[in-house]
Amino acid sequence: MLTNHILSLSIWVPILAGVIVLALGNDHRVALTRWLAAFGAIAGLLVTVPLYTQFNFAEAGFQFQEAAYWIPAFQIFYHLGADGISVPLILLTSFTTLICIIASWQVITKNIAQYMACFLMMSGLMIGVFSALDSILYYVFWEAMLIPMFLVIGIWGGPNRVYATVKFFLYTLLGSLLMLVAFIYLFHLTGSFNIAKYHNVVLPFNVQLCIFMAFFMAFAVKIPMWPVHTWLPDAHVEAPTAGSIVLAAVMLKLGGYSFLRFAMPIAPDATHYLAGFMIALSLIAILYIALVALVQKDMKKLIAYSSISHMGFVTLGFFLFSQLGLEGAIVQMISHGFISAAMFLCVGVLYDRMHSRQIADYGGVANTMPVFSAFVVLFAMANSGLPGTSGFVGEFMVILAAVKYDFWVAFIAATTLIFGASYTLWMVKRVYYGSVANDKVAALKDLSRREFVLLAVLAAFTIGIGVYPQVITQMTQATSARFLNHMSISKLPAAGI
Amino acid sequence: MMIKQFLIWIPLLPLIASAIVGLFGSRLPRSAAHWLTILGVAGAFILSAFVFKATLAGFIHNANLYTWLVSGDIRFSVGFLIDNLTAMMMVVVTFVSLMVHIYTIGYMHEDSGYSRFFSYISLFTFAMLMLVMSNNFMQLFFGWEAVGLVSYLLIGFWYTRPTAIYANLKAFLVNRVGDFGFLLGIGLVLAYTGSLDYAEVFKAAPTLSETTISLFANTPWSLMTVSCILLFVGAMGKSAQVPLHVWLPDSMEGPTPISALIHAATMVTAGIFMVARMSPLFEMSTTALSFVMTIGAITALFMGLLGVIQNDIKRVVAYSTLSQLGYMTVALGASAYSVAIFHLMTHAFFKALLFLGAGSVIMGMHHDQDIRNMGNLKQYFPVTWITSLIGSLALIGTPFFAGFYSKDSIIEVVKFSHIPGSGFAYFAVIAGVFITAFYSFRLYFMVFHGAEKWREVRPHAHDDHLHHGLKPDQDPHEPGWVVKLPLILLAIPSLLIGYIAIQPMLFGDFFRGVIVINAELHPAMEHLAHHFHDVLHTPSGMAIHGLLTLPFALAILGVATAWLFYMKRPDIPAVIQQRLSLLNRVLENKYGFDHFNEVFFAGGSRFIGNKLWQIVDLQLIDGAIVNGTAKLIGKLSSVVRQLQSGMIYHYAFAMIIGAFLLLTFFTKIFN
Repeated sequence: MLTNHILSLSIWVPILAGVIVLALGNDHRVALTRWLAAFGAIAGLLVTVPLYTQFNFAEAGFQFQEAAYWIPAFQIFYHLGADGISVPLILLTSFTTLICIIASWQVITKNIAQYMACFLMMSGLMIGVFSALDSILYYVFWEAMLIPMFLVIGIWGGPNRVYATVKFFLYTLLGSLLMLVAFIYLFHLTGSFNIAKYHNVVLPFNVQLCIFMAFFMAFAVKIPMWPVHTWLPDAHVEAPTAGSIVLAAVMLKLGGYSFLRFAMPIAPDATHYLAGFMIALSLIAILYIALVALVQKDMKKLIAYSSISHMGFVTLGFFLFSQLGLEGAIVQMISHGFISAAMFLCVGVLYDRMHSRQIADYGGVANTMPVFSAFVVLFAMANSGLPGTSGFVGEFMVILAAVKYDFWVAFIAATTLIFGASYTLWMVKRVYYGSVANDKVAALKDLSRREFVLLAVLAAFTIGIGVYPQVITQMTQATSARFLNHMSISKLPAAGI
Repeated sequence: MMIKQFLIWIPLLPLIASAIVGLFGSRLPRSAAHWLTILGVAGAFILSAFVFKATLAGFIHNANLYTWLVSGDIRFSVGFLIDNLTAMMMVVVTFVSLMVHIYTIGYMHEDSGYSRFFSYISLFTFAMLMLVMSNNFMQLFFGWEAVGLVSYLLIGFWYTRPTAIYANLKAFLVNRVGDFGFLLGIGLVLAYTGSLDYAEVFKAAPTLSETTISLFANTPWSLMTVSCILLFVGAMGKSAQVPLHVWLPDSMEGPTPISALIHAATMVTAGIFMVARMSPLFEMSTTALSFVMTIGAITALFMGLLGVIQNDIKRVVAYSTLSQLGYMTVALGASAYSVAIFHLMTHAFFKALLFLGAGSVIMGMHHDQDIRNMGNLKQYFPVTWITSLIGSLALIGTPFFAGFYSKDSIIEVVKFSHIPGSGFAYFAVIAGVFITAFYSFRLYFMVFHGAEKWREVRPHAHDDHLHHGLKPDQDPHEPGWVVKLPLILLAIPSLLIGYIAIQPMLFGDFFRGVIVINAELHPAMEHLAHHFHDVLHTPSGMAIHGLLTLPFALAILGVATAWLFYMKRPDIPAVIQQRLSLLNRVLENKYGFDHFNEVFFAGGSRFIGNKLWQIVDLQLIDGAIVNGTAKLIGKLSSVVRQLQSGMIYHYAFAMIIGAFLLLTFFTKIFN
């Protein structure tokens, strides 16, 4: 019976665990609270594992489907399902949640239960976004997941957290309202909120354009694409370490995923029409944001900008309309999940010890934290796209696909080889290399066992995917082929063809 | 067959050793660090020797190990292509690596990063083997970047030194500029042939000879020319060709063993290897070959000149490496791929020898690297002295020495080449002979002969905290056998390998089927073979004939000039420096490349980044649009708020007016 409800379990186990943590845990029972949260996260991870083991790689459509009436009056269903694109992202989500819980183990001392519960619930809600096949259900998850994130930044965040949270909330809300309008319009056309039905509805070109732009506003903010990216650096800087991890590792991917689920397949003709525009925005993200990252003085801001730049490859890969580009984009999403998590975790390790994120406050950390620095160099190399790490795979695929699309697009995209390495390794040089800069650095202690394990696991994934990326593309192959096939068929009314 | 099974172990042995030492090095005794890695590399060397023996007997192997990735109809694999070219590279790489491993026991003896160092150089051996053994572009790129990574780690090995961490960042980024072109070249190859497998690409290439692409407006460009130049940009980064050479001199900040292994013998020759491997592609574009030759000629000549004014023992050898890499590149441009590879091999031996010799001197001099503080070291370093002399003689192309055969062949083949740029290239390689002989023997005389200059008491010489140096009353001591043995083992091939290998490698069947030459368009290599068979007949004949030719005369002249300037009349160089102060300044500034890059590229990127951030992100998007919207709403609401006065009669008044307006409105409509 349970095997038919893997997706439901994936969503509700962490949410339920969050409720339990809230009910039983508090600041007086610290250990209990932490362990409850950890068990919740482990359980949340374990229930998603069958998604991989029982997934039929050859099947392109939705698997593990569940459907039940939710609000019959409006034909709204509790309808779940996962395909080759969502399964790896769901696994990434439940994995990241466990990382977040362990990363916050000793760091958070106030309102632990609430904090842990936020992450557990966020995990369930995000998995809900990845698996919803009913647009209203999707919308509810999409909006609901903002709340715990809002709380995490707003309560446990840095000094400027109010500005950051309001900015974060308004930016994302503004986008999603237009998406709701699009959903209601599509409901009027089809009489249903079923996403699969939207994929096959015939739409005139102007309507497609409007729908695409409505979705674009919602998803571009989330990814984030230039020029609606300025909320991300602020949110990252103010967020606690685990908040940054989940934001970078999973939340940004919701935008990318949603382009593939809604904007592109519902409005394929508009998508083709606007491809040049989307590619231009992606290239701006890759080059412009990399240059901005170069001059950041705050490590978290630097990594935040680096995230935007790397997400540029995701959107670029989508709009090349080739399997290599599309799968490259998906691999890039997964890989960025691990690498950005690790990068933020590394900043967190330093911040917990020195309470500063300013590059200028550091220097020569490698002298006092050699093991940690070895990890940092590994992740920095992964962030610079070194072959053998996961960071290489997606960028390599997208750049190769881009050459076929247009040489100059690839030319600009490939500058990441230079600038990505520049901003990452320049930071490494200033923070980790050199002689010990001050007494605080001299007093640093190397990794604790907990931190070591976290970084080691992330390192294993980073290298594992780099050496054998097929583990991801096996999942995405059939689905992305079907997706591209779908994209190649016009949905204009017959007269318009 | 047996060989196929153990192929995988050749790169794997060094990798495993590196991983064990790297992960557990701090818990293992020091001797475990070097024994494990030496065993790994020695195993790889012995297996490579077996493979080489097999390929000499005709064994060729091309198979995939595993599928890395499948996307659509494109398959990326990891696999090996083993032929004579690969096998020879494997032997050279593992042999030099083994020598350097042994040598390191002595050189890094007192260093706290002992096991880390061994882990890195074994990792390097793995990466370099993956590079040369690859059967496809993807794996080539993997090895390409992985050797770059290890180079980065090793240049910055002493990570507390500001110069070292500046140099390693610079090396990585400059290499990345090359890789940027390389990746685009690979992208074009994939886009037009649909595969990254060497065999399939080479098979598909001839059908693309007429294909053009339009890059600017509608001007058609030959696809092969563009692809080959882009691929070569990668080689320019890795093999340090002008203008991407700037990282190599600075890379001398790394410990000397890796300067020998990575920055002289193996990694920097990866670009040469790559172009030779791609000969079926490069042969399709004379334009690309001209480009290659010109870049090589510029590097050979102008980088050699810089070697003349260096006073750091390692930097002299480094500029010499740059210049010799230029020679190899010139040979590639002349379609003499086999000659380039031949010079790569001889150079690997004698340049590794010269570097390790320099390292031996540096150790004996207590890490003083300034040749102006040396002199008469032949007294104290007999083995280093003789082996360095052999290395220097090989480098300047003395007949019968290894370097003679390879370098003379390059000069000859450039003479036979008639592609655009070959005239300049011939001048460059001929002039380079004199320059090479001059700086090599300047170094040799200053280090091994003359007065013992460290004995002079200099007030400021010992202030530099990095270079301790000898005290005037101390005698230098030659290091022990772990240092001397590699010198001797490298001196043997530096003497003999040219004599042995020239006939099969250049004029025999060694590279048949591996290197493809379009003899109709690029007949230089054919002329060279005719010349050898008709005039020279044998290697000895070539050497004897070599005694009477212009290059050897120039080499003798170079040595004589060095002797005059630095032994007989040491006052001359200062006078020349004064007379030619402008030229001297140009050379001291290394033609201004560093300064230009620092200001224009590094500074420019930071400037643009800052402007984009401050003006577009913060002022425009955040300031004007995001917060501007918030402010606008705030302002509007502060105006609207005035209406909410809280006075009951205001509301009553508004209600009456409202009701009146509504009534008027509706009566108008319904009437």
